[in-house]
Amino acid sequence: MSTYLDFEEPIKELEEQIAQTKQIGLTTEVDMTEQVKKLQEKLDLKTKEIFSNLTPWQRVQLSRHPDRPYTLAYINAISDGTFQELHGDRSVKDDKAMIGGFGLLDGKSVMFIGQQKGINTKMRQYRNFGMANPEGYRKALRLMKLAEKFDKPIVTIIDTPGAFPGLEAEERGQGEAIARNIYEMMRLKVPVICIVIGEGASGGALGIGVGDKVVMLENTWYSVISPESCSSILWRSWDFKEKAAEALKLTSTDMKGLNLVDEVIQEPINGAHRSQEDMFEITKQYIKKTITELEKIKPDIRINDRIDKFCKMGVWK
Amino acid sequence: MSWFKRNKEGITTTTSEKKETPEGLWHKCPNCKTVFTQADFIKTNYVCDRCSYHERIGSEEYFQILFDKGDYTEIDANLTSGDPLNFEDTKKYTDRIAASQKSTGLKDAVRTGYGKVDGLDLVICCMDFAFVGGSLGSVMGEKMARGIDKAIELKAAFMIISKSGGARMMEAGYSLMQMAKVSGKLGQLSEHKLPYISFLTDPTTGGVTASFAMLGDINIAEPKALIGFAGPRVVKETIGRDLPEGFQTSEFVLEHGFLDYIVERSELKKTIALSLRLFKN
Ligand SMILES: [Zn+2]
Repeated sequence: MSTYLDFEEPIKELEEQIAQTKQIGLTTEVDMTEQVKKLQEKLDLKTKEIFSNLTPWQRVQLSRHPDRPYTLAYINAISDGTFQELHGDRSVKDDKAMIGGFGLLDGKSVMFIGQQKGINTKMRQYRNFGMANPEGYRKALRLMKLAEKFDKPIVTIIDTPGAFPGLEAEERGQGEAIARNIYEMMRLKVPVICIVIGEGASGGALGIGVGDKVVMLENTWYSVISPESCSSILWRSWDFKEKAAEALKLTSTDMKGLNLVDEVIQEPINGAHRSQEDMFEITKQYIKKTITELEKIKPDIRINDRIDKFCKMGVWK
Repeated sequence: MSWFKRNKEGITTTTSEKKETPEGLWHKCPNCKTVFTQADFIKTNYVCDRCSYHERIGSEEYFQILFDKGDYTEIDANLTSGDPLNFEDTKKYTDRIAASQKSTGLKDAVRTGYGKVDGLDLVICCMDFAFVGGSLGSVMGEKMARGIDKAIELKAAFMIISKSGGARMMEAGYSLMQMAKVSGKLGQLSEHKLPYISFLTDPTTGGVTASFAMLGDINIAEPKALIGFAGPRVVKETIGRDLPEGFQTSEFVLEHGFLDYIVERSELKKTIALSLRLFKN
């Protein structure tokens, strides 16, 4: 059963009308083709209208849409079932909120790494809601180093409400783990592509977010803090999340406009959640094209470009 | 990321206000309540000589403690914030900055100085907590990047003194990317084999901890400083019970393996000079 956000309700209504009309056609043997066609046109128009006028807060809601595909779904589709998951940080444990491993992209081996959210209540707990602990970041770094050793490009897939703010996470150095990843990713000799597919929250996202190309899918957000937390700290109330979402300039269009990300990957018109297969294909083609481009550049130049890009970020007088 | 404020017992005066306090005024230790004259308190580097409580101090105080004869050259002193996002919450960001500049006499939350420490070259970027909670924004990122360039130019060691609640929310994405920017520059410093000392003081949290503060060739801290990624209030809410005694203190972080040593302020200069010598000789 699909979930519809409040602003998606008109889509739901039209989809239901189409289903009913088709049903009538079947049971009464009256030809409803014309009616269905008209309704379908109406639906397409409505969808376009809704999705081209989204507010920042609605984008945030879409980024968390329960029907939206998560990291493993992308990896499995892109690698056509050849993904081999590799576990553990070799020190403490295997963090289920962070996954990674090699997979073949049209025959070429690529290291995929990303935060993983759970697809149902039980799995959400198991994946710790996509909030990695230090060992998750350390597993990610281990796998990046492995890719570097065998000269394989790295694709990180970002979808996290933040790094886990737990007691053990602090004991085991959550700050150090993220810091180390940022530092090391800046210097990886292989091409690195980072793709925000849902939520890009703060240091937890940046911990796997330093790359030659950092890109966002259209209906995602990436910022220093979630709009809810921002509202609670700056407005001292949870009620200003919409305002905070606007103020933070966290949408893909805004972040691209500010040159804080390299590109926006457009989603199918009704969003990644309603056209998953199309979304996977678009993402796959983007990765393929971008790896080819990045591999043409010499590693030391690629690294310098990467550092320069981040060094240009900032506004001062 | 938590740009939170911890209400530290009794600290309401800013660095500049303290300086203006006439000598002979009394200072009461917030920890053990012992009363000192302000003059005596300055002599002990703002540390209570009864209970060793380290009062928060600013960049000027650290520069005076560390640089020989308090002599240093400041660079990029006039760099100030832009307002790229036109940010407004309950206040306009530009108003917040202006108010903070007025109350502290500072331009932003970090100052860069270079000079000699026991005859050895050192470039220091030191944060001022009094300025918007020592928050990390574009100015801090850029000043640190330039500080690192200065260290490379002078073939000097580099030090960051952290005292920050983390990222500056009003610069949103820009603020976040400063973590990457400074970390990238530290890699360049490393290529020149110049030592980077990260000195963590009370408090060091959020995006600062999750980037350059934890990346020192040596990470050191003042005693009993709050050091963490998530703020204690957030951790407490997450686990749903009280935090253990001493959680996220310097001593806790040392015990868990993320600091090289803890240094009392009275020993700071001597200890830093020795570390520099041990890297150099
Ligand atoms: Zn005392």
